[in-house]
Amino acid sequence: MFRNTYDSDNTVFSPQGRLHQVEYALEAVKQGSAAVGLRSKTHAVLLALKARELASYQQKMFRIDDHVGIAIAGLTSDARVLSNFMRQQAMSSKMIFNRPVPVNRLVSAIADKAQVNTQEYGRRPYGVGFLVIGQDNSGPHLYEFSPSGNSYEYYAMSIGARSQSAKTYLEKHYESFADCSLEDLIRHGLHALRETLQQDKELNVNNTSIGIVGPASEHETAAVRQGGFRILENEAVDPFLQTMIAKDSGDAGNAPAAGSSSSAPADEDVQMSG
Amino acid sequence: MDHFPTNWGRPRHEGFDAYGTFPIHQRPTNGPKDAFKEGIERTQQPIVTGTSVLAIKYKDGIMMAADNLASYGSLARFKDISRLHAVGNNTIIGAGGDMSDFQYIQTILDDITTEEFTAQDGHSLGPAEIHEYLSQVMYARRTKMNPLWNALLVGGVKDGKKFLAYVDLLGTTYSASTLATGFGGHLAIPLLREAVEGREDTLTEEEALRIIENSMRVLFYRDARSLNKYQVAIVTEAGVKISESLKVETSWSFAEGIRGYGAQTQ
Repeated sequence: MFRNTYDSDNTVFSPQGRLHQVEYALEAVKQGSAAVGLRSKTHAVLLALKARELASYQQKMFRIDDHVGIAIAGLTSDARVLSNFMRQQAMSSKMIFNRPVPVNRLVSAIADKAQVNTQEYGRRPYGVGFLVIGQDNSGPHLYEFSPSGNSYEYYAMSIGARSQSAKTYLEKHYESFADCSLEDLIRHGLHALRETLQQDKELNVNNTSIGIVGPASEHETAAVRQGGFRILENEAVDPFLQTMIAKDSGDAGNAPAAGSSSSAPADEDVQMSG
Repeated sequence: MDHFPTNWGRPRHEGFDAYGTFPIHQRPTNGPKDAFKEGIERTQQPIVTGTSVLAIKYKDGIMMAADNLASYGSLARFKDISRLHAVGNNTIIGAGGDMSDFQYIQTILDDITTEEFTAQDGHSLGPAEIHEYLSQVMYARRTKMNPLWNALLVGGVKDGKKFLAYVDLLGTTYSASTLATGFGGHLAIPLLREAVEGREDTLTEEEALRIIENSMRVLFYRDARSLNKYQVAIVTEAGVKISESLKVETSWSFAEGIRGYGAQTQ
């Protein structure tokens, strides 16, 4: 499928100025099931589609520290190596300065590691991409990390298989995310994630993971310490799945879900553009 | 293989291994040695020393003071040494104890502030982070039986919060609204507590300066390793300011009446 003359060594440019091995690594990210991330003024959330493996489902989210978590798309083994490294960085910041590591530095650190792999002989790029959410002194954040060594901060982003469909949804709605409640933010995320599904599939409690930083939602039962990172799975996801609006209702994403945010009065509903 | 040419072609230590039957790692070798290992010495006592550092919380932040003397034993050797050091824009540290170790601490703190600055991401190290870092460094060094021979005060203001804490050569830490190292821990602390405790949020800068000056005067009268020249550092939300050298005003007329310390005419 990919057979180019200049692809046997990732440190050699093709005459077009491309590094084919790096581009193949980016393809590896696209093979993984999708993950979506969104950010408001108060929260950052991740939503991921867990692919089925044998009798169970693939782990798509990892907790890094009290204030940081990631969702992955691509090679899980590479993700574990990188998340171990991130945990060490977070722990050393806590040990040495008694400070939760700033999220941007954590992302820059793995981006630097990934970049080295695109430049040194005898290595291969990581075959995994991350969405990283976390909160620090400057509020909640969402970053994308990719094997090419790039990292960017986003209002909303998606990675993995068919993520372009989710991006299309996010691009249409992202301007409203800043002032969203947590429930509305997750609903937008679920709608975006739904776009990546194959025809006959739908989101359910088994194949959906939700990661959150920020104050707790009314739907969360477990105690949340200072709005730290937590992963919701299985039955904890159900109340959020219930807030989704059926796709064929025509106004999915535009209308607020009935009863989705009893904390927000009807007249404060988010007005969408477009 | 034995890579050392002078061992080649010779019997291996016969008295020890006549037939070369011992495993290689147990045989005598001329392997690489650390030629300086014997020469390593650790700090067993401070040499050029500074005496007390005082610090208090007041309305706008933290005030810290230390005199300008670095003693060589009982000799007042260097009289123009600053024992206060700003770290970033929110933190001041003051050091008693060995001044060469303090200079080393200054360089490592400057290194981490530079690193933090070059990140240019809006995050910076505050007084609490600097204090935690110092406590880890001090404890690590004492664990290597090679301590940095200092008692340090770390103070500052960040995000509207005042911070003042102590760390010493053992890695011991504590925090209070008035702190002092060295002789000041005995002479100045009672005075400072009397004047400051319960009034941390109301004391004005002028009042705080007077309290500090009074304590520095008492220390100059009674601490034989002190000097009547000192600096005051002020950390507020606006930043760190270290004053020029100030002079302690003293009066020695009372000494006329003292009897019993030497030759007397009556």
